[in-house]
Amino acid sequence: MSRSAHRRPATTRLRGARGLVGWLFVLPALGFYAVFVLRPITLTFQYSLYDWNGIGPSTWVGPANYGKVFTDPDLFDSLVNAFQLIVFFSAVPVVLGLASAATIRRIAASRLALVARTVLFLPQVIPLVAAGIAWSWLLASTGVVNQLLTLVGLGGVTRAWLGDFATALPAVGMIGAWVLLGLCTLLLLAGMSKIDPALYEAARLDGAGPWREFVSITVPSLRQEIAVCVTVTVIAALASFDIIYIATQGGPGNTTMVPGLQIYYLAFSEREVGTASALAMVLMVLVIACALPIQWFAKDGNK
Amino acid sequence: MARRVRPGRSGTALVIALGTLAAACAAPGSNSPQPQATGTSPASTAPACGSAPVTMSGYFETGFPLPKALTTEFTKQHPNVTWNVREDQFAIITQNAPRVLADNPPDLMRLPQVSELVKDDLLKNLDGYATAFGWDKWPASQLEQLRLGPGGRPRGEGSLYALGLNMSMTGLFYNKKLATQIGMSAPPTTLAELDQALEKAKQAGITPILQFNGGATGGLAFPLQNLMASYGPAAPINDWIFQKPGATIDTPANLQATQHLEKWIKAGYFQKDVNAVDYATMMSRFIDGQGLFMFNGDWESGNLDKQMAGNVGFTLMPPAQQGGKRAAMSAPLTFGIAANAKNADCAAFFLNWVATDKRAREIGVEIGGSRPMGPADAYMPEVGSDKVTASTLAAGADIAKDDGAMDFIANATGAIYAKSWTPNLQKLVAGQQTPQGLLKAVQADYAGQLEGN
Repeated sequence: MSRSAHRRPATTRLRGARGLVGWLFVLPALGFYAVFVLRPITLTFQYSLYDWNGIGPSTWVGPANYGKVFTDPDLFDSLVNAFQLIVFFSAVPVVLGLASAATIRRIAASRLALVARTVLFLPQVIPLVAAGIAWSWLLASTGVVNQLLTLVGLGGVTRAWLGDFATALPAVGMIGAWVLLGLCTLLLLAGMSKIDPALYEAARLDGAGPWREFVSITVPSLRQEIAVCVTVTVIAALASFDIIYIATQGGPGNTTMVPGLQIYYLAFSEREVGTASALAMVLMVLVIACALPIQWFAKDGNK
Repeated sequence: MARRVRPGRSGTALVIALGTLAAACAAPGSNSPQPQATGTSPASTAPACGSAPVTMSGYFETGFPLPKALTTEFTKQHPNVTWNVREDQFAIITQNAPRVLADNPPDLMRLPQVSELVKDDLLKNLDGYATAFGWDKWPASQLEQLRLGPGGRPRGEGSLYALGLNMSMTGLFYNKKLATQIGMSAPPTTLAELDQALEKAKQAGITPILQFNGGATGGLAFPLQNLMASYGPAAPINDWIFQKPGATIDTPANLQATQHLEKWIKAGYFQKDVNAVDYATMMSRFIDGQGLFMFNGDWESGNLDKQMAGNVGFTLMPPAQQGGKRAAMSAPLTFGIAANAKNADCAAFFLNWVATDKRAREIGVEIGGSRPMGPADAYMPEVGSDKVTASTLAAGADIAKDDGAMDFIANATGAIYAKSWTPNLQKLVAGQQTPQGLLKAVQADYAGQLEGN
């Protein structure tokens, strides 16, 4: 009887202490998260309900700024451009990443594989600003791209790629694809190295060729890695800023204007903090709306 | 054990409602830093820098060596004054100006666009200094662009809020060798003659005009405004820039000017990749002799005299009719004093020194390439007649005589250049905008931006 009575209080106290300690451990990270993420988001939402130039007094306008995001062609078109960039920033690097990872995997034993991995990953370690500047030079009227085209007899096609209404957005998109290709390749390559070789042997015994192996074994096994690649690259497209700011500044004629750059111009050049904040909130919601389905897709594969 | 009920839509709606309610409690900007009370009464004695050590803070523009040269000389003459200077490009200064003036006010600051800064009480009213130093007695046209009404509008009248280190002058620079090559022995005196020169250059395989129109800075605003001045009087253009009530950029004369620009574009008088060229690229190409004309300002005179010695000429934009009045963008290199500046008196003394000190004026001409502001009879250093600087200085006298000084259409509001002129001029080049559409679009943006202030 006394033993039973003694044991119960000890257990209760221990359980309570364990919970409290857990919260204490996570408190510093939560603190940083609250100060540097949650508070700015809250303030941005507050600003989005006002007409404010960032310095003087503000005027309450409620949801009017959100209406402007969807009715002002400059603002809405920047969202459209961001979605078009998803093709270049996401689809291209993921598909090419799969192809290059599979190729490198096939030649994994050779030294060429190491060189290929290194070269493909270089863009990832270069600052985006440097990438933007380098490609601006390459794509200029007298840049290497036009010189090469002229060399192979395509001089008639040459142009200032970043200054042409038809080619500016694709050109900026290709810069992004180049930057992100290395990340996707390495991530997918890492995923491939975890696939059980026995699966390939079994498939080969059943007469499967390289393409069938790729479609039936490699791609399904990389579900998680593909989901990560798509998530990272889609967010990079929607939130793009550095490359566009350096290469085109949204020009010519707003054809490469993206939400990130538009927010910057609204807040600091046009001094419309309210509208900038509304666009920022819309962008955040869109990023979440695009990223969540990808997460569900990846999770679904675990069943 | 009861199953936990998951919050549904009502929970989400409640959170949003509470968030909205909380957002309404404290309006942003209500605790913005307010300028300390600043008197505008004349100082009892002329303001000066005194004899105690003073560290002046300055925020200047990258690529303009003049302010640095002047502050260096000022310290030589007044050793107790030293400078702590930050430099940025013009576009960055434009963006940073309000926040810097509010949070970290410099004693002396390069000002991109003044109206909105005055509206938020970020600049010191200089009327007291104008009286103390006698700036009121300078030619009125020098200070006109720096005067603003209450709340920052309209410009051109009211209190003085800034001063210029000099008055810039814009027009056409030309390559003398290429000009000789096409038989152009003297600068064009009418718009028709200019058109002929452009066509001759085109026929000879020479790029007629090198200009920048890339990124967020549409340099075709330079030739466009020059054409506006050729086709119509300067006053309505200034009214628009100064935000006078009822002013519009969409006028018949300006439409003719824009149509003329479109004609130049379609004739191929600008380099093919004009929409992808920035200012620095334009300058390097002109210096390399890759084009006959370049619309630009005399802040480049010193640079061009060095890099293209004897091979560069300057002329004002010719009028549409022989002997007609001429106008040009000619604006102060605008500097202001922050409302909360620590050493405002010393900053004002410096600005007066720039305009009146003999050595300062020499520096202004040699390095700045422009006529310093100041009294009409102030000392002017000699400049060799073979230098393009001599031409730009002479042009200043011509413009003063014709009362043709204009500010830049790019400076009408803080955002008009990057958000309106530039994209529409780029579209005009690409054939996606008409002259009429361009003026209407810019005017609509202008009205919207004024309304938003």
